[in-house]
Amino acid sequence: MKLTINGEKKQVVQESVTVTELLADQGVEMPDTVSVQINGDFLERETFDTRVVRDGDEIDFLYFMGGGSWE
Amino acid sequence: MDMWKSVYEKIIEHAQNDLPLEACGYLGGQDTTVTEAYCLTNIDESGEHFSFDPKEQFAVVRAMRAKKQRAIAVYHSHPQTPARPSKEDIKLAFDPEMIYVIVSLAAATPEVKAFRIVKNEVSEEPLDIIEG
Repeated sequence: MKLTINGEKKQVVQESVTVTELLADQGVEMPDTVSVQINGDFLERETFDTRVVRDGDEIDFLYFMGGGSWE
Repeated sequence: MDMWKSVYEKIIEHAQNDLPLEACGYLGGQDTTVTEAYCLTNIDESGEHFSFDPKEQFAVVRAMRAKKQRAIAVYHSHPQTPARPSKEDIKLAFDPEMIYVIVSLAAATPEVKAFRIVKNEVSEEPLDIIEG
């Protein structure tokens, strides 16, 4: 199936892939550290394991960005 | 990493304008040259912490893509502490591809340094300020 992942068109061999599996394939070791949008809509983290991506989906994921100056 | 002087000046100005809060944002460009700063909202509204607004974060990354840029680095300010990653910075540095820039206002002269943080290991990234 054809997907657009972070703006790049990619061919995925598998017929059925969950968001968690897709993130792992993209090198994301801890899915809890990213926010995901599918076709422009945020996805709840609780659904990463069950949400199956579909042919033509546009998936964007970005790591949480935060920190601080205190020790 | 190279950074246009105009970007260097903009992130220092952002840090100073947002005092006493921490300022934060993305640094976009091509290859390893930062040509544009994108000031984001610190949704923590704190002088000791920062977090990007996810909605704003996605919008800014899409804006960068539209300009054929990529997110080379993120920056945030340390209003009162040196330009080195804090324990919290290290703990929350999840993106192994990202360069983390810190703008310190602790001294009279602002200091800007860049780091890679991969699996809690910190290494300073050479930062050259170039005309632009």
